[in-house]
Amino acid sequence: MNVRLRDAQPGAASQLEVPARALSGEKARPLLQVDDVCRLFGPEQGCQEVSFTLYPGEVLGLVGESGSGKSTLLSTLSGRLPPDRGRVRYRDGADWLDLYAAGEGRRRALLRTQWGFVEQNPRDGLRMSVSAGANIGERLMAQGARHYGRLRQCALEWLRHVEIDAARIDDTPETFSGGMRQRLQIARNLVSGPRLVFMDEPTGGLDVSVQARILDLLRNLVREFDLSVILVTHDLAVARLLADRLMVMRRSRIVESGLTDQILDDPQHPYTQLLVSSILQV
Amino acid sequence: MDAILKVSGLAKTFVLRQPRDTVIEVLRDISFAVFPGECLVLSGPSGTGKSTLLRILYGNYLASGGSIRLRQETGWIELAGADPRCVLAARRHTLGYVSQFLRVIPRVTALDVIMEPALLRGYAKEVAQAKAEALLVRLDIPEKLWSLAPGTFSGGEQQRINIARSFMVFWPVLLLDEPTASLDGKNRQIVLELIEEAKAAGSAIVGIFHDAHARDAVASRLLYMKDEKERAHVT
Repeated sequence: MNVRLRDAQPGAASQLEVPARALSGEKARPLLQVDDVCRLFGPEQGCQEVSFTLYPGEVLGLVGESGSGKSTLLSTLSGRLPPDRGRVRYRDGADWLDLYAAGEGRRRALLRTQWGFVEQNPRDGLRMSVSAGANIGERLMAQGARHYGRLRQCALEWLRHVEIDAARIDDTPETFSGGMRQRLQIARNLVSGPRLVFMDEPTGGLDVSVQARILDLLRNLVREFDLSVILVTHDLAVARLLADRLMVMRRSRIVESGLTDQILDDPQHPYTQLLVSSILQV
Repeated sequence: MDAILKVSGLAKTFVLRQPRDTVIEVLRDISFAVFPGECLVLSGPSGTGKSTLLRILYGNYLASGGSIRLRQETGWIELAGADPRCVLAARRHTLGYVSQFLRVIPRVTALDVIMEPALLRGYAKEVAQAKAEALLVRLDIPEKLWSLAPGTFSGGEQQRINIARSFMVFWPVLLLDEPTASLDGKNRQIVLELIEEAKAAGSAIVGIFHDAHARDAVASRLLYMKDEKERAHVT
């Protein structure tokens, strides 16, 4: 990608700034509160001592090398992997929901409606044998929508949002390219109007030209729908483009966190300095 | 009139761990205030930390010590050590920044790049577009380029896109890092006019201009920055 990491304009990450009302009203109240979360598979394998607060409309990037614990943390935050200790709380309107103290039913309902999860491999996030339209409609049906015409209308609208030709609505994702599958997975997640979306290397397996299109799409969707996002990526250029702020993980711990362009242009921790200085210039 | 930006005792030391521990002291005990409607020019030889100072004011680099107080509509805030949300809010409403480089994002057109600050502040799209087009005309960017991504533009064209983007909205504080560096005489003159207009509208500007003509044209005061061991002082 043609992204210069040095000598570039600081504040490019500001292109994902949350809208103007950020610091007042609903926006001033945290959406997710994470307290001392720990999930270890071995010494320094997994995640530990993780605490942070996420606000509505914020895009938080989790960066670090393979094995640093990013994906384990993402699973724990997103309700898929109970922590050994610590708490993940989500604010649903006026109520705080303790994710792992809540019943299975409540957690699953949350995952299907207010939350989304975009997998690195679209095969893991799509139902490959049913049509694109049915993939998009599934969450709405799980929420009780039954009117065929309206479901189809909604599917068409979302195909347009993610730039997939409406004529492909009855085709299965098996017949789609990798980039189209990823865009379909994004539509399938966003159709229910989630407030919080988790993404695990959403552009990881794609060609660079396809990657640029997905990144552009994600930037616009995040802003248009005012999404909060927790994004795992090992690609610092992707992090710069999408994230408002970053947490750098190494050996299961957060070693540095802050504003995205500050972390990338003036890294403080020796590991972050190594990470940033290891990027090849284009 | 009250200052809008007050810097006191600002210091910056880079501690590089790679490839071996290196400590570079760039700024020490920098203090100044900036008032609405004036342009404070950072002057001094290369390597005295002028760009570093601008980047710290923008929150792009962390201050190692000292205070940066910014007056916003809602009152004074401390930017040194502020949390990311606070810095991002200041960047959206108060702090503008123009560098010599445009960060190119694949697939995003010149027009969209320029309109973005206005759209983030809630301008209607038609209003933002009309203003962006007026700036593009003024900065002499051919209309056939407007709907292309600026990745393939020349250095001077990219810089003018960057400038158009920065002058789309009013910035109470505007930081300029060599905004005229790769421009020809005619375009440099247009940028100097834009800066004068921003001053007249009440922007407080802090800028770096290596070109003496540009500096003399816009400077209200100079902050002379000497080598790292000497103190900067305002004239």
